[in-house]
Amino acid sequence: MPSNPRTIIQKVWDSHIVAEREGAPSLLFIDLHLVHEVTSPQAFSGLRQRGVKVRRPDLTFATVDHSTPTTPRNLPILDPIAATQVAQMETNAQDFGIPYFGFQNRDQGIVHVIGPENGLTQPGMTVVCGDSHTATHGAFGALAFGIGTSEVEMVLASQCLLQKKSKSFEVRVDGALKNGVTAKDIILALCAKIGIGGGTGCVFEFTGSAIRALSMEERMTVCNMSIEAGARAGLIAPDEKTYEYLKGRRFAPKGEKWDEAVAYWKTLPTDAGATYDHSVTIDADSLEPMITFGTNPGMGIAINGAIPDPAGIADPLERESLRKALQYMALEAGAPLAGQKIDVVFIGSCTNSRISDLRAAASVLKGRKVSASVRTLVVPGSQEIKRQAEAEGLHEVFRAAGAEWREAGCSMCIAMNGDQLSPGQYSVSTSNRNFEGRQGKGGRTFLASPLTAAASAVMGVVTDVRTLV
Amino acid sequence: MKFESTVTQIQADNIDTDQIIPARFLKTISKDGLGDQLFFDWRYNADGSPKPEFILNTDKAKASKVLFAGDNFGCGSSREHAPWALTQYGFQAVISTSFADIFKQNSLKNRLLPLVVSRDVHQQLRDALAANPDLTVSVDVETQIFTWTGGPAVAFAIDPFAKHCLLAGVDEIGYVLQHEPQIAAYEAQRIGTLNTLAS
Repeated sequence: MPSNPRTIIQKVWDSHIVAEREGAPSLLFIDLHLVHEVTSPQAFSGLRQRGVKVRRPDLTFATVDHSTPTTPRNLPILDPIAATQVAQMETNAQDFGIPYFGFQNRDQGIVHVIGPENGLTQPGMTVVCGDSHTATHGAFGALAFGIGTSEVEMVLASQCLLQKKSKSFEVRVDGALKNGVTAKDIILALCAKIGIGGGTGCVFEFTGSAIRALSMEERMTVCNMSIEAGARAGLIAPDEKTYEYLKGRRFAPKGEKWDEAVAYWKTLPTDAGATYDHSVTIDADSLEPMITFGTNPGMGIAINGAIPDPAGIADPLERESLRKALQYMALEAGAPLAGQKIDVVFIGSCTNSRISDLRAAASVLKGRKVSASVRTLVVPGSQEIKRQAEAEGLHEVFRAAGAEWREAGCSMCIAMNGDQLSPGQYSVSTSNRNFEGRQGKGGRTFLASPLTAAASAVMGVVTDVRTLV
Repeated sequence: MKFESTVTQIQADNIDTDQIIPARFLKTISKDGLGDQLFFDWRYNADGSPKPEFILNTDKAKASKVLFAGDNFGCGSSREHAPWALTQYGFQAVISTSFADIFKQNSLKNRLLPLVVSRDVHQQLRDALAANPDLTVSVDVETQIFTWTGGPAVAFAIDPFAKHCLLAGVDEIGYVLQHEPQIAAYEAQRIGTLNTLAS
């Protein structure tokens, strides 16, 4: 045991300190800065006003994903405001010399999908992006978190971020997931257990046998929604699966550098004897498929559970929150959620749009039809995933089932690009947020896994995938 | 930084940034005009007319500098448009029992004070407002004290660096850029010791 055992969170933090001063936050070096069209224009304007260049364009990568349509790429962007924003991203990337995976680029995709896909995200890195789901990259053992636009400007200008150290929070998940239970259900269960503010001020480290058993894509799903439990970042120590995933990817180290990198990455996992500020355990064996019923991701239940009753809650503000949530969702306290009629199914987002997610959805939809009353959208996370899915024939499965097979982007997760719910509609969505209006003004969202979403699409109602035989 | 104001209450827990400013307004490439979009979906009818009963549409709220809300204010997305919209509306402080991390950072960078109070003080202020909706609060960042008409003087915590930046109007990016020698030294020692991106 080392004399000063440290968590992986502490190790990554320590190795990135550029300057420390009493009474001020630490100055942290940033290894990878991902940029997209929505939260960066005002930061680039700031650089122009200052007359400052991007310090490390070689560590900065830009794409467009949030406000881009998912209709065929040969069509123009019809929304003039979105078109202006996308054009501005392109101008900014050109003016400041930043590598750019543009709208027509074959590597375009959701920023948190293309980072790992291209080997940009690596263990031990600090990764930031003006997007709260940057935590996704923590799946590789990187310290990755979302920042605001002022901080985007700071990192562009200096490749550094002023940052106060967060507390450490171990989320230990031991056991084996049952059939039909997925990575998405682990993170929804965490949100339900500790609440949407439960991890505020903390960085999660996900540990335990159930986490080790997850694939890299499943680990990304878990880390992605750390912010939904209040934590700015969530990470998983790298292991052989991590190295295997990265090896040979475009920006991953090659040759001798690869060996050096792996040797370094092997020093990252938390030392025996290191302690955390907080901890929680989740028993994977007893997990059920999870689904949200309310207006924040902490309002989740097992798929066959009952919608909670506000009358059973002592705290008046919490009781009122639940009452308002059920009113917005037009759901009855105490009733089951399974069997609730739905209008839309969305399979996509930085949480669940990777090839394994699409395969899972296709495994349910193969040989079946989606309900005539349900619009089903399948939106791959990147153009590369789209090509892969088409090579495997998954798009034919989706189309034969009556689902729409669309182009890559954030799409109906954030409803900025025209893909949205109408007021009053219900969706089962594989995305990460069920806030009021998140998928379109007046829309009502149930968050769930790709398996649950696909099963619900077939039945036209919220459905436990295990009941489909 | 010292101000006195009536209080605008939106008493709900977990008010997320999608409520503070819905995503469809994030297609802008500037910071302008966001105050009118603050709490848009709670504030306006489907035809775009203001809902007269919603608090932000009252003259009293429009003149107010302090928003008083429930626990975990500003959770969700990292959009800095949220504090931009709040400050453009006229708020200089939000009082809550806790704030989401990214929102808190974004607020401090825009001279919007996230003022954290205990559950007890939160309840006391709610009770006081129930008895006297027109009471005023006064906030003093220098002394880290806030109080209200007929209420106790309550000390609040603020990170010393954030306080310094608020009071002195420090440009944080300018401050960071002064560290050029340290940044260059760090970069020099990192090359070859840790992996770098292949090109």
